[in-house]
Amino acid sequence: MAETMANGQSQTYVGTRTIRPDGVDKVTGRARFGADFNLPGQLIGRVLRSPHPHARILSIDTAKAEALPGVKAVITRDDFADQSSEFIPAGEMMMNYKDVVRNVMAREKALYEGHAVAAVAATSVAIARRALKLIDVKYEVLPHVIDVVEAMRPDAPLLHDDLFTAGVEPKPEQPSNIAKRVEIVLGDVEAGFQKADVIVEREFKTAPVHQGYIEPHAALASVSEDGATELWCSTQGHFIVRAHCARLLGLDIGRIRVTASEIGGGFGGKTVVYLEPLAIALSRKAKRPVKMVMSREEVFKASGPTSGATVRVKMGATKEGKFVAGFAELKYQAGAFQGSPVQPGVMCAYAPYDIENVKVIGYDVVSNRPKVAAYRAPGAPISEFAVESVVDEIAKKLDIDPIDLRMQNAAREGTKAAYGPKLGPIGMEETLNAIKKTEHWNAPLRKWQGRGVASGFWFNIGGETSASLTVNEDGTVSLMAGTPDIGGLRASLAMVAADELGVPYDKVRPIIGDTGSLGFNFLTGGSRSAFSGSMAIVEAAKQIKTELCARACKLWDLKPDQVEFAGGQVKALGAAAEKVKPMSIADFAKVAGKTGGPIGGYGRINAQGAGPSLGTHLVDLEVDPETGRVTILKYTVAQDAGRAIHPSYVEGQFQGGAVQGIGWALNEEYIYGADGKLQNAGFLDYRMPVASDVPMIDAILVEVANPKHPYGVRGVGETPIVPPLGAIANAMEAATGIRFTELPMSPPKVLKALKERGLNKV
Amino acid sequence: MRYEAPESLEGAVALLAGATGEARVLAGGTDLLVQMRADIVDPELIVDIKKIAETRAVTEEQGGWRIGAAVTGAELKEHARLKQAWPGVVEAANLIGSTQVQGRATLGGNLCNGSPAADSVPALIAAGAVATLAGPQGKRDLPVEDVMLGPRKLALRKGEILVSFLLPPRPPRSSDAYLRFIPRTEMDIAVVGAGVSVTIDGAGTITAARVSLGAVAARVLLVPEAARAIVGSRLDAAAQQRLETAARAACQPIDDKRGTTEFRIDVAGVLTRRAALIALDRARAN
Amino acid sequence: MAKHHIETTVNGDEIEFLCETEETLLDVLRDTLHLTGSKEGCASGDCGACSVMLDGRLVCSCLVLGCEVGGRRVETIEGMAKGEKLHPLQQRFLEHAALQCGICTPGFLVASKALLERTPDPTEHEIRYWLAGNLCRCTGYDKIVSAVMDAAVTMRKG
Repeated sequence: MAETMANGQSQTYVGTRTIRPDGVDKVTGRARFGADFNLPGQLIGRVLRSPHPHARILSIDTAKAEALPGVKAVITRDDFADQSSEFIPAGEMMMNYKDVVRNVMAREKALYEGHAVAAVAATSVAIARRALKLIDVKYEVLPHVIDVVEAMRPDAPLLHDDLFTAGVEPKPEQPSNIAKRVEIVLGDVEAGFQKADVIVEREFKTAPVHQGYIEPHAALASVSEDGATELWCSTQGHFIVRAHCARLLGLDIGRIRVTASEIGGGFGGKTVVYLEPLAIALSRKAKRPVKMVMSREEVFKASGPTSGATVRVKMGATKEGKFVAGFAELKYQAGAFQGSPVQPGVMCAYAPYDIENVKVIGYDVVSNRPKVAAYRAPGAPISEFAVESVVDEIAKKLDIDPIDLRMQNAAREGTKAAYGPKLGPIGMEETLNAIKKTEHWNAPLRKWQGRGVASGFWFNIGGETSASLTVNEDGTVSLMAGTPDIGGLRASLAMVAADELGVPYDKVRPIIGDTGSLGFNFLTGGSRSAFSGSMAIVEAAKQIKTELCARACKLWDLKPDQVEFAGGQVKALGAAAEKVKPMSIADFAKVAGKTGGPIGGYGRINAQGAGPSLGTHLVDLEVDPETGRVTILKYTVAQDAGRAIHPSYVEGQFQGGAVQGIGWALNEEYIYGADGKLQNAGFLDYRMPVASDVPMIDAILVEVANPKHPYGVRGVGETPIVPPLGAIANAMEAATGIRFTELPMSPPKVLKALKERGLNKV
Repeated sequence: MRYEAPESLEGAVALLAGATGEARVLAGGTDLLVQMRADIVDPELIVDIKKIAETRAVTEEQGGWRIGAAVTGAELKEHARLKQAWPGVVEAANLIGSTQVQGRATLGGNLCNGSPAADSVPALIAAGAVATLAGPQGKRDLPVEDVMLGPRKLALRKGEILVSFLLPPRPPRSSDAYLRFIPRTEMDIAVVGAGVSVTIDGAGTITAARVSLGAVAARVLLVPEAARAIVGSRLDAAAQQRLETAARAACQPIDDKRGTTEFRIDVAGVLTRRAALIALDRARAN
Repeated sequence: MAKHHIETTVNGDEIEFLCETEETLLDVLRDTLHLTGSKEGCASGDCGACSVMLDGRLVCSCLVLGCEVGGRRVETIEGMAKGEKLHPLQQRFLEHAALQCGICTPGFLVASKALLERTPDPTEHEIRYWLAGNLCRCTGYDKIVSAVMDAAVTMRKG
């Protein structure tokens, strides 16, 4: 294996394609996911959900359900104390406990079809289902509103009579469905448009899409008579689940121990709580373990999709192709409670570019839909889709190659971003160059085929992280991290630990610890877990190395500057090197008891310096002009990973994000009827890409080291979903001459557009 | 909920005829189990017909083919001679769901589920298939186009079950094809389905044709006007145009989550033409 | 009504269990036999995470009733490795990083094994269509398809 150097350390494993340590369990069916946990005496919990998109709850009578033999507990809004209005971070978004308590269990009103109204725990599934039918809820059905633009109208049905638009002066006197207005400004956008030779303005619309993880939400809670609470659940952040449950149920944080199961996908959707507080409340009442698992229909109706939105973009450029002004107005659906990802949408809209004059305004709008949750680069794909479409149109108008135009305007080290900071080294130009060098870029195309390119930006985050390394008696190493491993984290951290300590990779055994085993960890989200976790592991390893050097000094009677840790050994330096034999970690492990006790390190950090990751995608597609069907023919992703710890899993992030983006662009959408009910709450009609829908996704790793990380790592998970929407829309334009501005570009829409122009013939 | 798996037709008929509550026939279960899970049906009795020999066999009969109602898509796919004779019927059956669903889903179930979007039904109708039913009064035959009356409504009487289909003998220079439109490449329900069967003479002129359309009306349609539009032609451009027009004229679709009325009508014409061209190519090769 | 008493074979072991009529094979495998390697992603046959072999046919165990499997042969992911030796598909999935979260992996492996038993040298096209009933939301399918093709090479060599 080739050795490279970084962080002053020889690297045997970082940058190689190791076998993941949790892999065998996952290919043999042994790995335990959320629904795979069971406890003796457990009950089955089920949720009663509102059939109405908007209704006042007049009364809930649970007497008949409680009287049914086998029913051990029933809970409603009365089992949760109200919460004060207070915003807290949730992934890369914010949430308010006043809303969280209402989202997990409806209080005054049911605000969307599928909103939880009551829950039961019973001795069997059949009894739980029967019990739900015996709960009598009296509703006063209210007019509902689904569409974001309609929800913003002054006469729209009002979801919350205490919601006054924040961010406008003076504060509005009337409540509305507009929760918030945000704005970022750089330079003078009006002056910028004055300098423009070409101005393109367009309005875009995107549909809400679901994260689509294959594993439904699941939780198993056990509350003992003394209030000690154990919870097993599928989550992106078990420390966050603990905090939310403690708050919602009035429990001390220290009384709750949460164990994260293996997680069957999250993509942001498992950063909030749904079943977890209900399972605890039911178990507390029944004094027996309660297991709850959502059906797929419940996942679609009651867990977070991301926003649908309308976006207006206006960009100006000189005839030489210099972008001189960028304006955008974003209206994002938040679902039933405020907190859409409009803020990051606003911040990312123009982030791939160096533009002097930028103004972006965003609105956070509530409507009678499930509350949105984070979804991979929350907010960014929507606003960047609109901007990338307009960039393509400018390229066409100016007859400039779309890659060259992007290159000319690319954000680079030192660029003042409209969202605030001066950027460090980022890989926008490098990804554009990488794409331009591919054979794909120059491959021939036939009639009805088109090629599109688009770039994408995501910030990435760091945050609070704890991780430990323990040297066992035989010199093997136990690694514990506290952020759920969603796609190869344990492999990456074990590789870093092996390189830091100079031990073989297969001697490091990583696990995800429960909330009682480590200090606080923020969740797996924001592309932070490998970035921050590896920094915490480097810190923990440093402690071990320092400790071993100190022990060596004692054993060898040397001074600290006479020893060093290198290549997995402590060695004496200079003349002393002749006299003492270097000691490996295993050597120290054997004498640990005699030299100071157990050996370990504990990284507790608040990771800073997450560098943005830029990506550029290239897609070829073909349109069937007679049916409007779109086939993706070829796809290439180039993205800056900073430094890829495990190249295969980094490529996997690129490929997976690209295919999610393909789904978003072409077929995925929440479809509502006039009755405000979701019509496609299942994998049959919520059309995620299947294996035969997509080609191989070529992944190009670009590595522009992040100077703030010891190995140069950047988060990579989120950026890949940003460019596909624009790239595909641009390819559609190339294939048909039609600029599609509404997602998804599903066959009926495509055929209609072709027909209107008389193009629906082979 | 009772489960019975009789080994004779008489036994199955007696169980169904004697049922007091809702009774359902279980063949592949790929629709029934989903509907049970979604609380759409809650039968008192389930009669599994897979142990009845007549429902599980594919046999040659009077020069044609008899296919048991409980034969799965995967089994049809492996039947080389049937595929040679009726490629459109087999390819339609093979479009129902995934590989996994193919391991279970049956022709009988696809028809008796009563969906106008069932993939195999337009192909069976185009093929001129006849359904054999067994009931308390004995057996009777019904053209497939007369079995389904509307969404979830069948011509089956109480106690009656669908036993098998009879595909007629395949004349020389004759073949069939089925195409459907779905947004993805797999796993969707047909937005439009078109089955076409044609016979040509030695000069390549179409002497007989049957055209059937799915998912464009409350039931799967047999469209004789579309067949008339191409009989006597060699499917030249003008005949193709007539075929498209006739197919579109027969459509009475709805707007729903899977497609708009306009889209379905437009695509019905396109698919009918494309399926006819494939059937014609196959007929020439026979 | 009394539960059904079913005798069947699961991964070569003779098994007896009791089930209600409405319980699916997936419910029985997971809740009664504690074979939780088969996953429930949709309960409607649209995701393939519950894929098992029934008398040598690939099926969704969520679309089979428990009481239908009496006297038949059920094979699940738990029976795929033989002793300490992983099946070539399992090995190639690990080497190709063909899994991220891993929830769909058992279903993909069972389905891929069924493919390679019938089609030892499949094209990329055949693999993609055969596996279209198995949803994966993490990988974009690329590395899964590569792993299956590579495993096919290994298995052809014997």
